[in-house]
Amino acid sequence: MSEKVLTLRGVVKEFEGQTILDGIDLEVEKGEVVVIIGPSGCGKSTLLRCINALEPIQGGEILLQGSPVKAGDKNLPVLRQKIGMVFQSYDLFPHMTIMDNITLAPRKVHKRDKAEVEREAAELLSRVGLADKAKSFPRQLSGGQKQRVAIVRMLIMHPEILLFDEVTAALDPEMVREVLDVMLELAKQGRTMIIVTHEMAFARAVAHRMIFIDEGRIVEEGKPDEFFESPKTERARNFLNMFRFQPASRS
Amino acid sequence: MDVSVLTEYLPLYKEAALLTVKLGLLGILFATVLGLVCAAVLYFKIPVLKAIVKIYIELSRNTPLLIQLFFIYYGLPKIGIRTSPEVCGVAGLAFLGGSYMAEAFRSGLEAIPLIQEESALSLGMTRFQTIRYIILPQAVSVSVPALVANVIFLLKETSVFSAVSLMDLMFTAKDLIGLYYDTTEALFLLVVFYLIILLPVGILGTILEKRARYAGFGA
Repeated sequence: MSEKVLTLRGVVKEFEGQTILDGIDLEVEKGEVVVIIGPSGCGKSTLLRCINALEPIQGGEILLQGSPVKAGDKNLPVLRQKIGMVFQSYDLFPHMTIMDNITLAPRKVHKRDKAEVEREAAELLSRVGLADKAKSFPRQLSGGQKQRVAIVRMLIMHPEILLFDEVTAALDPEMVREVLDVMLELAKQGRTMIIVTHEMAFARAVAHRMIFIDEGRIVEEGKPDEFFESPKTERARNFLNMFRFQPASRS
Repeated sequence: MDVSVLTEYLPLYKEAALLTVKLGLLGILFATVLGLVCAAVLYFKIPVLKAIVKIYIELSRNTPLLIQLFFIYYGLPKIGIRTSPEVCGVAGLAFLGGSYMAEAFRSGLEAIPLIQEESALSLGMTRFQTIRYIILPQAVSVSVPALVANVIFLLKETSVFSAVSLMDLMFTAKDLIGLYYDTTEALFLLVVFYLIILLPVGILGTILEKRARYAGFGA
């Protein structure tokens, strides 16, 4: 155990004179599920984007299995193949069928055989309940279905670590569950995951470790039960309270 | 209208129409290539070249084709560059059309959300693969309506070729009117031949636009 997949040391992200991330230290072990929460604008999505160098960082370092992940690096595409990422807005390629959406990267990047990739894609699709959608176009799918396809599109690259950036935030409530179920299943398989979410019940169910970020810093981290039952910091308490509805007092 | 005059003029118009189409298509072809190159320079923000392309686009869009043709036909020989009327016509059309094509391609490229590129990059694709498989196909299909409009616009612009003594449709019509004064017949045939050239382009364009529209829908 305790094989480090991802290491962040003092990561600083500045944008137009503002400090978005202010010295983030984080280690993620193989098979660990880390859930990041925090108020909007706290930098949690930026952190995920920095991890696969979609955003350059201004300080610190990010290591994936010991190799530095740096924006502009020649080796970057190779490292990114090991970092799967799913975005809030799914972002399937609208001009391709679901099958092509999934198989494009393994065929062009890994140079895998078309028939073999399509077999794996079909199997993954049926595991997320979308076996009949292979020939559809993204516009014919619901938001929840598109997001499951986006997850399959990432999985087929066999990444070492999976990043989920508020993947249910744009979905209608009845579609949230189907996506969360897929993610729970991945966690059960022992995948290494970092999840940014506002779904607190889900976070508690899936996380091995909770991280609370505010104003670009890790304010608190801990086991999910401890974190949700008795948060140590005022800021985490205040944040969690926003998710609890008190009965309105009527005078 | 005298039908016998029409039949007499017909072969002359046919020849002129062929010249119009030939020079028009050549000009459009070069304009498209020029437009693609310019759009790429703008998209990749290549220093120096970007400034040159911007100046070219303003120059090309804000001067009439007639003036551009005069410049190439009468102006360039003064600095030792001599061209035939045909080359002049094609070059003029390419110079004019290049900027319009560039703007069409650029608007297509800019219509593709950044996150499409990021999705592809995060799958481990290189920048080249991202452009080749994700950005370009979508950008071109977004550009199709503008490209079709440009093709029709440029074909119509060929009517000023007569000013550099090219025997195109316009030249033929004016010539015949001057010689025989059959104004009605000459102008009638002029309209008919422009329609014969442009209508199929318009219809083909509509079909193409419908086919290309799939990428316009959201992801």
